Amino acid sequence: MDLLRFITAGSVDDGKSTLIGRLLYDTKNILADQMEAIERASKTRNAGEIDLALLTDGLRSEREQGITIDVAYKYFQTPNRKFISIDAPGHIQYTRNMVTGASNADLAIILVDARHGVVEQTRRHSLIASMLGIPHVIVAVNKMDLVGNSEDAFLQIAKSYKELAEKLSIKDLTIIPVSALNGDNIVDRSESMTWYTGETLLSVLENVNVLKDQNQEDGRFAVQYVIRPQTDELHDYRGYAGRVQSGTFKKGDAIKVLPSERESKIAKIEFGGNEIQEASVLQSVTILLEDDIDISRGDTIVTVDNSPIVSQDIEALVCWMDDKKTLKPGNKYVLQHGTARSRCSIRDIEYQIDINSYEKLDEVEALKLNDVARIVLRTAQPIAYDPYQKNRANGAAILIDETSNVTVGACMIE
Amino acid sequence: MSISVNEASDIQREISERSAPDYLDQLEAEAIYIMREVAGQFERPALLFSGGKDSITLVHLAKKAFAPGKIPFPLVHVDTGHNFIEAIEYRDELAEQINAKLIVRYVEDTIKAKGLKEQTGKNASRNWLQTFTLLDTIEEFEFDACIGGARRDEEKARAKERIFSFRDEFGQWDPKRQRPELWNLFNGRIQKGENVRVFPISNWTELDVWAYLKREGIALPSIYFAHERELILRDGKLLNNTPVIEPDPEDQIVTRQVRFRTVGDMTCTAAVESAAATLDEVIAEITISRISERGETRIDDQQTEAAMEDRKKGGYF
Ligand SMILES: Nc1nc2c(ncn2[C@@H]2O[C@H](COP(=O)(O)OP(=O)(O)OP(=O)(O)O)[C@@H](O)[C@H]2O)c(=O)[nH]1
Ligand SMILES: [Mg+2]
Repeated sequence: MDLLRFITAGSVDDGKSTLIGRLLYDTKNILADQMEAIERASKTRNAGEIDLALLTDGLRSEREQGITIDVAYKYFQTPNRKFISIDAPGHIQYTRNMVTGASNADLAIILVDARHGVVEQTRRHSLIASMLGIPHVIVAVNKMDLVGNSEDAFLQIAKSYKELAEKLSIKDLTIIPVSALNGDNIVDRSESMTWYTGETLLSVLENVNVLKDQNQEDGRFAVQYVIRPQTDELHDYRGYAGRVQSGTFKKGDAIKVLPSERESKIAKIEFGGNEIQEASVLQSVTILLEDDIDISRGDTIVTVDNSPIVSQDIEALVCWMDDKKTLKPGNKYVLQHGTARSRCSIRDIEYQIDINSYEKLDEVEALKLNDVARIVLRTAQPIAYDPYQKNRANGAAILIDETSNVTVGACMIE
Repeated sequence: MSISVNEASDIQREISERSAPDYLDQLEAEAIYIMREVAGQFERPALLFSGGKDSITLVHLAKKAFAPGKIPFPLVHVDTGHNFIEAIEYRDELAEQINAKLIVRYVEDTIKAKGLKEQTGKNASRNWLQTFTLLDTIEEFEFDACIGGARRDEEKARAKERIFSFRDEFGQWDPKRQRPELWNLFNGRIQKGENVRVFPISNWTELDVWAYLKREGIALPSIYFAHERELILRDGKLLNNTPVIEPDPEDQIVTRQVRFRTVGDMTCTAAVESAAATLDEVIAEITISRISERGETRIDDQQTEAAMEDRKKGGYF
């Protein structure tokens, strides 16, 4: 069985947490004691209606305020697939938590309140989903029960969303009218919206093909750790531990180590101490080389005839996440890319992206919390990267504040 | 403006006809990746080992991550003195067998040294006190990262926690100020005195752990399988009959065939009535069970709605 990671996004109160609760409830993935706990908590908070959002809103302050603050991970399964659901907050203040959840998602469900249509947070989250290269987007037009299950209302929102999506070139888009509260078109087909003949939400989740989203062409392996047992039997053993970020590696493959450019061949690939013939995307393995060359954490092993870009000058889209300090040209950070870390300095903010119109704003002096922009930076050491939209794993990087050590920026290298 | 998304090439489409990797392989690869990040990013990491199935899984994953080398960090156990003897025996045997360094620190010693006051009365436990011992141990060895076997499916506050969970110099978790955690780029940078709790099996469910133990042929302490035992029947829960549990007039002493679904302190872990004697039988029972792991076995979470969140804010795992 395979695994799908998806996130719910969209504006405050559009029903993201309720939708996840509903998905789990209707697929019988809420256990009896968890249900009792939700019922108990619902009673102390409102008139007694069961609030399925309490399944994911697990923090004290979330329950007090009735909002989601940080992402919650919930796990469920149907006969066809396993799911990791990631419930993101809609509130603008917590956008960085949404980005945290979205960065690993294969699919995003963007909720829209049928009464309000597309709003600023819909646009912001759609932009983020598109920048992060989430390959599949489902727009769930929620609370259809509050607009009389009207087909017209749905079609209008679908139309305005499609206009937005065109500007973002979202690859795979499905739009579904739902009621998370009543469970319409979530797992079961709606009886109040017989005009809708498309798939239910669960059916899309179960059938979307995620395997083809992975980059299986470009052999990239970031070295995490060097295994050197230094025992009598394994005196000369040197294994490079890491995860295949993209492509495949086989015994005998000619490889190159970056940034040093030294070449060698793969002598052996091991997993858990046993030899295997081949390692492909996302496998955590150990690579042994024919030649004794200097390799350490932060180096990248690539197939010899297919190189990434090696450079100190980088242009990237960035989501800025620091609520205390702004990003300005001249500022210095630590850039973490794969397993490599390098100091870097910001050379320029090329443009900021307007959240509503997606227009480029020039002459921006500084980025504030939740701003999205394209920046130019220079690293102290060369970085071996691929453009993010071609290779998510090797095109992603984070900026770390050197004094607070907090992660302050999500970079998608262009 | 438009942000272009590369179309998958034809070659890629062909390759994609391959079958998808199994979810257990994916979870395993992720956990191994996380273990190696810990070894690569920190100077003095430790693996917190309790003798329970989750930490047994962790040790197995660590073995695989660093084979044929040794696990490059010690196993650390905070011994409350209320552990099951079977778990302690298992701990010692395993550490010896894999030739790992085992560090044990006792809550009893902390209580004496610091003059801490123990809970008394019905359902008294050392669950809260073990935080003091843990924080002292972290300080004593200057651990900068502690790997733990917590899973997000266990509890609603855990469901919110990062894989690299930053703790300040007092070991506190601040759920409202968690660091962003993007892609697989874990940020383990800290100041001296701070530390990171790392949860490699965050994304595993209870069933995933059982399925993995079975697939890998990993031995477990005998208490995980059905056996006859003398127990205290209290408020519908079956607790081990041991002097560390303060008696209550309402208690009944019974003998039942049981197994344990989780193994924590005897004071707060209840047994499940069961005849399941093999991993297959245990998995079959848990698959159809309509009660969660903690709901069925834990006394400590049920005291208030946010018990776990509050403990974590205080430095608990
Ligand atoms: N009538 C109706 N109400 C809904 C529906 N879905 C959600 N709601 C209600 O909308 C309110 C907000 O729902 P949540 O699920 O908490 O919203 P959210 O999107 O998770 O909110 P944040 O996480 O804080 O951004 C709750 O009172 C829900 O009961 C629906 O389909 N119909
Ligand atoms: Mg919510």
